[in-house]
Amino acid sequence: MIDHGKIEKNLGLMLVLVMIAISIGGLVEVVPLFFIKGTVEEVKTPEGINMVRPYSALELRGRDIYIREGCYLCHSQMIRPFRDESMRYGHYSLAAESKYDHPFQWGSKRTGPDLARVGKKYSNEWQVQHLIAPRSVVPESVMPNYPWLMSPLDTSDVGDRMAALRTTGVPYSVSKAEYDNNVKDFGADVAKQLHIPDAKKNLIEQAQTGKYDGNAADVTEMDAVVAYLQVLGTMVDFSKFDNDSFVKFR
Amino acid sequence: MASVAIGGSEQYNYDIVRKFTIMALIWGAVGMLLGVFIASELAWPFLNFDFPYITFGRLRPVHTGAVIFGFGGSALFATSYYIVQRTCQARLLSDGMASFTFWGWQAIIVLAALGDVLGYSQGREYAEMEWPVDLLITVVWVVYAIIYIGTVMKRKEAHIYVANWFYIAFILAVALLHIFNNLAIPVSLTKSYPLFSGAQDAMVQWWYGHNAVGFFLTAAFLGMMYYFVPKQAGRPIYSYRLSIVHFWALIFMYMWAGTHHLHWTAIPDWTSTLAATFSIMLLMPSWGGMINGIMTMSGAWDKLRTDPVLRFLIVSLSFYGMSTFEGPMMSLKDVNALSHYTDWTVGHVHSGALGWVAMISFGAIYHMVPRLWDTKMYSVKLINVHFWLATIGTLMYITAMWISGIMQGLMWRAYDDFGNLQYSFAETVAAMHPYYAMRALGGLVFLSGMVLMLYNCFMTMSQAKGVASGDMAPQAA
Repeated sequence: MIDHGKIEKNLGLMLVLVMIAISIGGLVEVVPLFFIKGTVEEVKTPEGINMVRPYSALELRGRDIYIREGCYLCHSQMIRPFRDESMRYGHYSLAAESKYDHPFQWGSKRTGPDLARVGKKYSNEWQVQHLIAPRSVVPESVMPNYPWLMSPLDTSDVGDRMAALRTTGVPYSVSKAEYDNNVKDFGADVAKQLHIPDAKKNLIEQAQTGKYDGNAADVTEMDAVVAYLQVLGTMVDFSKFDNDSFVKFR
Repeated sequence: MASVAIGGSEQYNYDIVRKFTIMALIWGAVGMLLGVFIASELAWPFLNFDFPYITFGRLRPVHTGAVIFGFGGSALFATSYYIVQRTCQARLLSDGMASFTFWGWQAIIVLAALGDVLGYSQGREYAEMEWPVDLLITVVWVVYAIIYIGTVMKRKEAHIYVANWFYIAFILAVALLHIFNNLAIPVSLTKSYPLFSGAQDAMVQWWYGHNAVGFFLTAAFLGMMYYFVPKQAGRPIYSYRLSIVHFWALIFMYMWAGTHHLHWTAIPDWTSTLAATFSIMLLMPSWGGMINGIMTMSGAWDKLRTDPVLRFLIVSLSFYGMSTFEGPMMSLKDVNALSHYTDWTVGHVHSGALGWVAMISFGAIYHMVPRLWDTKMYSVKLINVHFWLATIGTLMYITAMWISGIMQGLMWRAYDDFGNLQYSFAETVAAMHPYYAMRALGGLVFLSGMVLMLYNCFMTMSQAKGVASGDMAPQAA
């Protein structure tokens, strides 16, 4: 038998054994996911273009505001493979769809509905109205009003934000070579949006042409949030795939 | 500071224990008040008042931060410094370093709360603090580890007492979890992006999130239990052998269980199955701790009739046993399919947080306060009233959440005769209203008990004479 007294009398031994005991679980269960290919599936068009792309500058700023306001505490972004969820929200979520999400926003509670595929479900006008005064469109809602989203968006450091994400591995481009690579991976239109030196220009252009907040004149936080919400879950075109083509990745 | 001169003459450094005890009481009241407020926001959304800083989304992390790290953390610092000195018969390694952990930890709680309110959030549950605060946590934690380990090294007794095993595992595990979960690339002082993304990030976050429960809110509080239950009951621990087996099993298994928070999501199924398996096995070491605590009462059960402090400790173990049964059950994939994303999870967390963590802390603090201030409790009767308010409040809370959680889960998956979804999401939200009101009321009952405790403890401190009271008001000296 092991004499536990030895461990109790030897602090160094106890520290080492505790470290071993608490390290194994993570080493077996978490660490491999960084190396196993297929943890995040590749989702490409027949032409070899990646369907899931990094967020544009405006969408990224919208996502930052989503995180600032703690939206993830009441809204999940992870549809489970159940009949009721596919009827209510759409196709179950793929790992690939959040591959550029730093941090992930899958959430843990649905005080409000899942938002993984909320993009294009409602008009921009509805989203703006709902964010300013949720109960004016959904009387049962318990969501706070967010009227301050109509204030101007701070665009000063959007390039820095994209650069930080680039450090983590998101393919925003700085050099010509990276830009060309993005043209190959995502197509020319998307590659333009991922170019950090043009970030601010692209952001303003998307806000003004998209009119997410209802007017083209000024760029508001509302523009960014609605642009983000409208892209959620819309990148993968499921009509291009067989029903069971993603099952093997689970 | 005058207190150093006076405190220095004591065998042990109780000054630091007193400071952390006071802050545990204050953060407890503040954190629970915030909890009642945000619960009310969900029942009556006008309470958000169109004011950015008090919306549910921003205040919720302030609530969790204040109760977990402010109340729970301060209670753990207080009890661990108290226990390590008494069981090792050695004064803390360094008074200065201990004082640094106090001011550092309080600064962390305040900075975290300010950051949450202002919207500086990493967007990670229970780890919302931005990177400068994370760095400060790391520094304070390393100093804490040095003090703790250094004090155990100075022990007069050859054996390290079981309570210290749990605190040691807690200190090491929290360090490990905190560092890996908060790896991030800064943009500015108030904004950073986590290093990991998507599925891997989810795995890391819930490895952290679940083990924050497993080590911060469980292992460490079991350390508390292993000291205060036998002390208050005047009986030795029921089984030495059981304490060994359940300690190693608990710290080993907890680290595998976090992925049950991600059942049915876009992670590989084997991780989910593995986590469920370990979660079920975890029932045994969890109940090992509960049994060891409750059976310590053997031969002293009659004391429960007269001693409300002991009642807090034993009822906390009962809630611990209940929530560690509920947890494994909810980790079964089929149960989780219903319970996940609903209030059932919220209720489960609170049966652990209110029933176990808060109640054992109340028992420990009621045990320590008269000893630390060298006096008697101002009112034992008020402790008794607090006990009943805490118990009734917890039961109201978790009952409300069971009903609303299971009901909403069932409504989401209800179909009509034609196979369509029977309820819109908004209808299920409307159905929650009475239970959200009941939850807020349960929280209010629990909070009122906490306020009584605050009053009772401060009256006790103010009636205290001599060394202790001199300590508490160094400026006046």
